[in-house]
Amino acid sequence: MKILLVDDSKTMRSIQKSVLTQLGYTEIEEACDGQDALSKVGAFEPDLMLVDWNMPNMDGITFVKHVRQTDKNTPIIMVTTESEKSRVIEAIKAGVNNYVVKPFTPESLSQRITETLTKKAA
Amino acid sequence: MDPQFITPFIKSIQNVFSTMLHMPVTINQPAIKQGNSATYDVSGIIGMSGDVVGSVVLSFPKETASKLITAFCGMEFPVDSPDFADAVGELVNMVSGSAKGMFVDKDVSISCPSVVIGTGHQITSRSDTPCVTIPCTTSQGDLAIEIAIRESNAASKAA
Repeated sequence: MKILLVDDSKTMRSIQKSVLTQLGYTEIEEACDGQDALSKVGAFEPDLMLVDWNMPNMDGITFVKHVRQTDKNTPIIMVTTESEKSRVIEAIKAGVNNYVVKPFTPESLSQRITETLTKKAA
Repeated sequence: MDPQFITPFIKSIQNVFSTMLHMPVTINQPAIKQGNSATYDVSGIIGMSGDVVGSVVLSFPKETASKLITAFCGMEFPVDSPDFADAVGELVNMVSGSAKGMFVDKDVSISCPSVVIGTGHQITSRSDTPCVTIPCTTSQGDLAIEIAIRESNAASKAA
């Protein structure tokens, strides 16, 4: 299982990586913004992406729209401070499969990852 | 300043610290800030735009910031390292992002955070916007939220 973490905060990537490692996922690639992620997604071919919304250079929602032009299947979880209903709807319309609002507990992030992958496998 | 903009920050910092640092935060009496000097040595700064404009600062003494960041990240970083600044930035990002989600019927965007470290630095907010300081106490020391935001002219006219 290959997972791409996209967040401009190294701190947040480390926290998410720690949760993923505890879940048994070790093949993890990191990107610091949407542009960086776009440059890595083709070669890395992730099975799951965790994507922040507010990032420099290219934000998460723009990245998701780019990805969904060619890849409708790879699950994407938006992990963001953006908690407004309108933002969640915008993300879902762009092609996000699940949504986690920061701050989160390791348990809530684990749960969203597991339910997203289970849904995908069904 | 409209109290509707203050309460969300109180709820937000308590939620962020409880969830990410497992640490309760005691809120002390808010006050209008005088002058431009930062309350403490370390400032995490976020800008707001859209229906609400201005800036939010999370201000810590270095020693307190160091202890809080250790609790947040699970490891210690030197105060002058990029990792320390990144973690401070992520904390103010979460506090501000979570707070703006509680604004009623307001479409607000937040900037990427900036972090300033240094004794006696100054942060100048808009002259037409008063800054409210909310002093906070944790088991690791004191910090403050400085909120200098107001409804944008466009949003006021539309209301």
